Amino acid sequence: MSPTDGTRIDHRFAACAKEGRPALVTFITAGDPDFDTSLAILKSLPDAGADVIELGMPFSDPMAEGPTIQLASQRALAAGQTMKKTLAMVRSFRENDVETPIVLMGYYNPIYAYGNDAFLKDAREAGVDGLIIVDLPPEEDEELCIPAIKAGINFIRLATPTTDDHRLPAVLANTSGFVYYVSITGITGTATPDAHRVAEAVTRIKGHTKLPVAVGFGVKSAAQASEIGRNADGVVVGSAIVNAVRASLDAENRATETTVSAVTQLVADLARGVRAARSQAAE
Amino acid sequence: MSQKPNTLRSGPDDTGHFGIFGGRFVAETLMPLILELEAAYEAAKADPAYAAELENLNTYYTGRPSPLYFAERLTEQLGGAKIYFKRDELNHTGSHKINNCLGQILLAKRMGKTRIIAETGAGQHGVATATVCARFGLPCVVYMGATDVERQAPNVFRMKLLGAEVIPVTAGAGTLKDAMNEALRDWVTNVDDTYYLIGTAAGPHPYPEMVRDFQSVIGRETREQIMEAEGRLPDALVAAVGGGSNAIGLFHPFLDDPDVQMWGVEAGGLGLEGDEHCASLNAGRPGVLHGNRTYLLQDDDGQIYEGHSISAGLDYPGIGPEHSWLNDIGRVTYVPIMDNEALDAFQMLTRVEGIIPALEPAHALAQVIKLAPKMDKDKIIVMNLCGRGDKDVFTVGKILGYDI
Repeated sequence: MSPTDGTRIDHRFAACAKEGRPALVTFITAGDPDFDTSLAILKSLPDAGADVIELGMPFSDPMAEGPTIQLASQRALAAGQTMKKTLAMVRSFRENDVETPIVLMGYYNPIYAYGNDAFLKDAREAGVDGLIIVDLPPEEDEELCIPAIKAGINFIRLATPTTDDHRLPAVLANTSGFVYYVSITGITGTATPDAHRVAEAVTRIKGHTKLPVAVGFGVKSAAQASEIGRNADGVVVGSAIVNAVRASLDAENRATETTVSAVTQLVADLARGVRAARSQAAE
Repeated sequence: MSQKPNTLRSGPDDTGHFGIFGGRFVAETLMPLILELEAAYEAAKADPAYAAELENLNTYYTGRPSPLYFAERLTEQLGGAKIYFKRDELNHTGSHKINNCLGQILLAKRMGKTRIIAETGAGQHGVATATVCARFGLPCVVYMGATDVERQAPNVFRMKLLGAEVIPVTAGAGTLKDAMNEALRDWVTNVDDTYYLIGTAAGPHPYPEMVRDFQSVIGRETREQIMEAEGRLPDALVAAVGGGSNAIGLFHPFLDDPDVQMWGVEAGGLGLEGDEHCASLNAGRPGVLHGNRTYLLQDDDGQIYEGHSISAGLDYPGIGPEHSWLNDIGRVTYVPIMDNEALDAFQMLTRVEGIIPALEPAHALAQVIKLAPKMDKDKIIVMNLCGRGDKDVFTVGKILGYDI
């Protein structure tokens, strides 16, 4: 692959692989607890050690989320976050960072309400690299997945413990960027994944695709990130980061002086975790 | 006669769509389960033993067929069309919800599922689900908005008596939509043993089709009964729509009879100007929620409103996808009825016919009260009296100033 080929996501995963470590994929909810603080957090993530950024588009009815991310969505919406503001955050981020991939994650209806074509155009112009849309399975690929690919945006699919070998090819067919393996059956930030079973699943998926496989849902600590990252190409941490935001807020859910640093400290810790993931193997 | 080439009754298509509506907008974790459900339902439909067991339960457990009752005094008082009620409020458990629950619990058994979950608004579907779970010895968890738990206390107690675990949902405004979110979260967590028994003709394919099929017993019986009583089909059908299962059950067998007009009645709440209503078709626009594309109450940014209705059973910001399609092709006319109109109708039926209706069909009745006087005396209206009002006497009492 020549340096001009591929997307920011491809380049970043390739660079991490070259370093012999998994990528750290960090999730925050756009606009949580307010636009300015959330933008400051977003801009601080690469220096803290995030390799890929997932930016959650808040939705009133996040069916796959546990309480932590549900509440973050509610805080963001209460503070006036909209899709336009989420895209504005990406634009602002891109003024100083043209390398860190940004993946928008969320649910279909706010995009559908925005208008699919307008959304893809505006997202592309803002500097969005990929989309993860929880409620768009391959059966609905004509809706947004195919148009996104045509617009030059990666459509990253979730594979889950219920996605068997028979179904996996359909799930992988139009996937690009990376594959997001959901490590548990359940909602975000609740159960703890079993590292052994996750490793088996990652190996199974890798048998079907050359794309990097990132693992998320329930990864909370640097130690877990390190363990999961032994054979996964990326480790996604979401609820733990959103919890760090929440824990830093005052009684009225307003940001405090420690909000940004609470996130950067945790992300730095997680970044050390992923760097230690294969240190024994490397020695 | 073979099937008409342009029938309105053949939907959904293979991918679960009614026109642009419907579909399967669910997380990947659930997708294999939905495909498994679709296959299991297709197999059950082809099995005469399944149909026979369902019919036996409908007859001896629910008490079907429900009567088609000529409301003589109400007809006289309104001075127009003859009014008939399809009396599904006389079913075991007090509403049409049992029709669907029996069909689905037999399916759950066939699939080897050992745990049942459901969402409920007014509690009628929760009670019906808890009832069939007791009947078949399966554990039952019902998600119910915390607001609804409060305003439907009698049904909460009934569910508990029947052995169900009722989990109040405090997310959002604590009504039906939030309960459905929570039920979906449970399902995505407990994929191996759990069957999600959805109560209305909405959600991802195949639920809208399946629930409609189970509720269509209402319309099939109505056809036979009105032919027996009047020797012809009715001029108008009227039914309340929240998610729309009782309405689609009444309407579907008549969709290809162009002389039968149909009215779906939405909850107009406090009026359509603000967001204190649940009139998805009259005041919403298409969007994607709970696994299907349909008309939704939402803001410009695609965030879903909570909605409001005096009736907890209509308190849902969406509607089944087949109704969205029937609305767009103009086959069914959907109209809003306000809280106070439903309340007046509730009291009128109680006094004139000695029947206490649930607040949901009271909305349909308010539309009948508007329609009937404008129609000739030889015209016929059939209204689906889909639930009884015992559960609502506390709500109505509070509004009328009685301390119960």
